[in-house]
Amino acid sequence: MKTDLVTLTESPPSPLDRREAVPALIGRHEDFLIVTGLAGTARDIAALTSDGPNAFTMAGAMGGAASLGLGLALAQPTRRVLVVTGDGELLMNVGTLATIAVLNPPNLSILCVDNGHYGETGNQKSHTSLGVRLDRMAAGAGIAVVRTVNTEADIAEGARALRAQNATSFVLLRVKEGPPAAFKRNMSPAACRERFRVALLAHG
Amino acid sequence: MAGEAGVAAGMPTVEPSWQDEIYDLLRRSGVTQFAYVPDAGHRVLIDRSLADPAVQSIALTTEEEGVALLAGADLGGARGVLLMQSSGVGNCVNMLSLIKGARFPFLTLVSMRGEFGEGNPWQFPMGQAVQPVLEAMGVICLRAERSEEVAPAVAAALTMVFQSGQAVAVLLTQKLIGAKPF
Repeated sequence: MKTDLVTLTESPPSPLDRREAVPALIGRHEDFLIVTGLAGTARDIAALTSDGPNAFTMAGAMGGAASLGLGLALAQPTRRVLVVTGDGELLMNVGTLATIAVLNPPNLSILCVDNGHYGETGNQKSHTSLGVRLDRMAAGAGIAVVRTVNTEADIAEGARALRAQNATSFVLLRVKEGPPAAFKRNMSPAACRERFRVALLAHG
Repeated sequence: MAGEAGVAAGMPTVEPSWQDEIYDLLRRSGVTQFAYVPDAGHRVLIDRSLADPAVQSIALTTEEEGVALLAGADLGGARGVLLMQSSGVGNCVNMLSLIKGARFPFLTLVSMRGEFGEGNPWQFPMGQAVQPVLEAMGVICLRAERSEEVAPAVAAALTMVFQSGQAVAVLLTQKLIGAKPF
C-alpha cells in the first residue's frame, strides 16, 4: 500500500542522459579536485578526466564519498572540491549532509546523480524512485545552495551552482536509467591515493 | 566521565590533565581536523577543538563519516583524528576498507565502555568486540590504562600513523577514565 508521502512527492521521469549531463554540468574538470562514490559516478568521472590525478574514484566504502570530500575541502580551502555520487551512495549516509551543512565550506560542492536505481546490483529501484527527495533532504539539512536539474534547460543554473563561491552547494541531477560512460579505470585504491597526492601536494 | 562516575570507581574527581596534554600533543604534531561523535570521555578535547581557531572541529552524525573524512584530509595533505566511544567502532567497520585498501594514515582515540566495572549491560557486546574488530580491519590498538600512559601512547600512535602510514587506535580504557555505574 502506498503511503501519502509517496503519492505527494513522486516526480516525472527525467529525460537526461548522465553521459551528457554530467560533463555539461561540470565543464572544465581541471578546475576541481573530484571525489566520487562507487560504481556509476566513478565511471562518469574516470571517463571525463581520463582517470586523471585530480579525481579520487571509489569502488567500495559506500556512503563515504561526501565525507571524504568534506575532509579534502577543509584541508584545501583554496581549491574547489566536487563530490560526485549517486543516490544510493548518498542515502547510505545521508546524515553527512547535516555534518556538511553545519560547517558549510564554501569550496565544496556535491553533485548527486540520481537515476533512482541501484545500477550495479541489478537495477533495483532506490528510495528516490519511491518518493524520497534528496534535494529536499539537502535543503532540510541546511545546505545553502540547492538546485535540482531535471531537464536540459536547468543545466546552466546547475553548473553555476557547482561553482558557487560563498557556500556549500548541492545539485541533484535527475537522469533517466541507463549506463554510465564506459571507461576502464584504475581500481587500486592505494594507487589512486598516491596519484592524487603526488599531483596535488608534490609542488605545494 | 568525571564526578559521580569517578567516585564510584574510586577515581579522582578532578578533570585529568592528560586530556589537555594529548590535545597539545596532537596540535604540536600538526593535527588540524578533530572529528567526533560527542562522548563524555572526549569532552576536553572536543571543547578545546571548538575553542581553537586554528583547527576544524567536526561534529559527525555517525563515526564512519569520520573515517572517510580523515581519508579526505590526507588526500589534501592535512592530519586529523577521530574521537569516538567504543560503540562507534562498530559503525566504522566497512569504511575502514578505505583506510586499509588505500593505505591511508588513520588515527583514532577510543573511549572505552563495556569493560572494567561497566554498569550498563548494553555496552558490553561492542565494548568487548572493539579490539578484535579493529585488528581484523588492520587497525593497530594501543591500550592506555593509567594516566601516565596516555601521552606516551598518543605520541607513539602519532609517529606510527603520520610517519609510518599506519592505522592506529589508542584505547582509553575504563580503568583510566572511570567506569560508569549506569
